[in-house]
Amino acid sequence: MTIEPAKEPVVAREPAVEAELAPARSAVDALLRDILRDVLALEADLVAAFSGETGLFGHLPELDSMAVASLFTEMEDRLGIIIEDDDVDGEMLETYGGLLAFAQVKVIIGHTDGGASN
Amino acid sequence: MALVFDRQREHRLLVLPALFHEANNMRRHTVEVMRRLDLSGIDSFLPDFSGCNESLQSLDTQTLVGWRAAALAAAAYFRATHVLAIRAGCLLAPPALPGWRYAPTTGTKVVRSLLRARMIAAREAGQAESIEGVSAIARIEGVDLAGWPIGAAMFSALENAVANADSRQAAIDQDDIGGGGLWLRAEPGEDAEQADMLAALVAMGMLEP
Repeated sequence: MTIEPAKEPVVAREPAVEAELAPARSAVDALLRDILRDVLALEADLVAAFSGETGLFGHLPELDSMAVASLFTEMEDRLGIIIEDDDVDGEMLETYGGLLAFAQVKVIIGHTDGGASN
Repeated sequence: MALVFDRQREHRLLVLPALFHEANNMRRHTVEVMRRLDLSGIDSFLPDFSGCNESLQSLDTQTLVGWRAAALAAAAYFRATHVLAIRAGCLLAPPALPGWRYAPTTGTKVVRSLLRARMIAAREAGQAESIEGVSAIARIEGVDLAGWPIGAAMFSALENAVANADSRQAAIDQDDIGGGGLWLRAEPGEDAEQADMLAALVAMGMLEP
């Protein structure tokens, strides 16, 4: 008995392709939450509850300019990105959603450039 | 000046602290590690560098070369057998002294963080500043970065400073300790488990026959 090739189940190929691209959105999200947990010295479950609208710079008194600078340096290290002067504006810092969107774009650009941070 | 646990014991550790804003974040943690080492039978010595803490000198006249010489002099003065350098303190560690570099960082990163803090504060105040523009001035005139007056010589040296590659110190990374680095915190904190771990790693290395 033979099995006709056409009748074999078609396996979705997306996961294999995705593995060669930039870290998945969820991985960037998880890393960014880890970094914020370290910077803000919060419990993991509190940071896990951050939504896109959760306020950051200007909403959390401990997140001053030096703390934000440390946050950026750590993001560069752990996400393998470079944050330029011109990237820094009120919008990307104001909410968790803004910062995450920024980080995700930077990660994709970094991988397109072949890892410019190194 | 220096903070010391000295009972004239055989094992003597020079501790080189984190610098600038990280010095504040890490001070208590650093001393907590020293307390634990004291209980393990190890003397330890935490010098204040010129221009820092209660020093009578001003920070803006200090140089990286001067601080490196001071670290070497402190090692001789306290008859240190080992060194534990923390974060940017790793840039100052005497290469011939055996020991550890905890979460070493580079001068480039130190300067970048400080410059960025200044830039963010300036933008909040409605002034457009660039890291490149401030750096160019800092190399000639020195600069006030996040409240730290840094002279031109110190700034220029820090920009390219790395820990001595030929040193006899092993790296302890944050992954070896567990948890998030205390230097990252927006406000100074402490973590007893991290202090236990760092002290244990150092004590095992110093006390092993």
